[in-house]
Amino acid sequence: MKKYDASKKWTGPTRPYDLIKEATVAFVVVALLSIGLAALFSSPDEKAVTLQSWSQAAPADFVQTASGELAGSTISGQYGPPYNTAADGQQLGPIKVAKFMGVRIPINTANDFVLKPLGTLNDPVTNAAIARWKAADAKTQSGWATDYTDALTKASTAVTIADTNDKYGPVPTLVTSLYAMAKSGALDGALTTSDSPLPTNFTKPLLFLADSGSYFPGLADAQHLSGDQWGVMNETGSWPGQSWLWLYSLWYQVDPFKSSGNADILVMSLMGLLSLGFVLIPFLPILHRIPERIPIHRIIWRDWYRSERKNS
Amino acid sequence: MSSSADNSKMWTVRVRKATLEKFEPEDLLPDTQPAYVSSWIYVFGVLTIAAFLMLIVSGLILTLEGPAWWHTSKYGHFINSLHLWNVELFFLFMVVHLWGKFWMAAWRGKRTMTWVTGCVAFFASIFTGFTGYLIQTNFDSQWIATQAKDGFNAVGIGAYFNALNTGQALLIHVSLLPIALGVIVVAHVILVRKKGVVPPIESSL
Repeated sequence: MKKYDASKKWTGPTRPYDLIKEATVAFVVVALLSIGLAALFSSPDEKAVTLQSWSQAAPADFVQTASGELAGSTISGQYGPPYNTAADGQQLGPIKVAKFMGVRIPINTANDFVLKPLGTLNDPVTNAAIARWKAADAKTQSGWATDYTDALTKASTAVTIADTNDKYGPVPTLVTSLYAMAKSGALDGALTTSDSPLPTNFTKPLLFLADSGSYFPGLADAQHLSGDQWGVMNETGSWPGQSWLWLYSLWYQVDPFKSSGNADILVMSLMGLLSLGFVLIPFLPILHRIPERIPIHRIIWRDWYRSERKNS
Repeated sequence: MSSSADNSKMWTVRVRKATLEKFEPEDLLPDTQPAYVSSWIYVFGVLTIAAFLMLIVSGLILTLEGPAWWHTSKYGHFINSLHLWNVELFFLFMVVHLWGKFWMAAWRGKRTMTWVTGCVAFFASIFTGFTGYLIQTNFDSQWIATQAKDGFNAVGIGAYFNALNTGQALLIHVSLLPIALGVIVVAHVILVRKKGVVPPIESSL
């Protein structure tokens, strides 16, 4: 028996069809289903974290991070493009895409996260500390801030370290002032409005928050949102998240991606390649034959095949 | 006044004629369909479009009082819940539809572009959904933004699409992406209607 040419207009038996009726029924069903699910299960809404709430809940973590921003040793300080030139960014073999794109969103952690916000206070003691910091060379600045960050980390829970020998220069004053500013809520305002008085861009406060050593990642961990908890596809609480990102999330759980310093570019490139492959299945040998080899279509069209057998 | 004969060479007239020739009303809104279109799997395409329409409706209501409204209003929170469950249903229906079409090898018979537009719609939906998660203005959106930036930055996209810029994500989510997705979906549906539903594999009629 000759196979039907799938590209030809269908000339075989037909059945009545009302597309508008089908679409109307589908819309009503989906609307009722969504309303029912929304009424029954609601949706999550964990309150946003602010620099104020962070500094109040985890003061030691905040001051360690603030001191790290002065030293340029935080995640943001060491990031590279698009924020700064401290690193080349991730690379795929010899390909450094991030470096090629350059610094498009310039961030200097010491200036943007500490010195500029403190400058808005107009406090004489703080201004003197800023002036002393600016007058020092880069090596001295780095030495003060690195030593102070190390001392705070070692002290674990302390929010300030006594500096009788002037080992840390103006850093203790700067960090203590920033801590007070954060606790009052003024730092949130200063960082969000640093580029525009009516802000919609939260790059600076979010980068600062993401530099948190334990508080911010701890909150995410408690909500099973961390990378090693398949966090990409999870939602806060017990609500379903972006489960369609399961494959993207999977690569972060296995080697070589899990332990690679270039995990993001590796996973993004792999997913880009797989997505392209999925779109191009009709052109790919072997793959485009899978549906014919594994006869799931026999279940989908079982009524049709049955009627064909009957008629033959 | 110029005659209709003079107008026949105008591009507008030629576009009209070509459109009418290519898309006959019977193709776009048929009253019959092939007898093999008889399975529950066929329902998921139209369910996906229904969920997409519901997403537009619930999304438009959410835009009325701004992105932070739903945190302080019970009614706003309900609309947000509706939008969230619309998203979940939309992806559920679309994934079932997509796998159904894969096992039917629905690209057969010069239907490659139908498959391609469907896949592109799926990936465009993923990005649209993602930007929606970025604009929740709560802890979830903060965490997602700070984590996702690394992926975008690593491949250079972060230089232009900044996941930490809520305003950028908001505008893209409520304007550019729904329009783009709507155009892709319309193109996909027109292709389905024009090319017809793919016949069964090994059908011998």
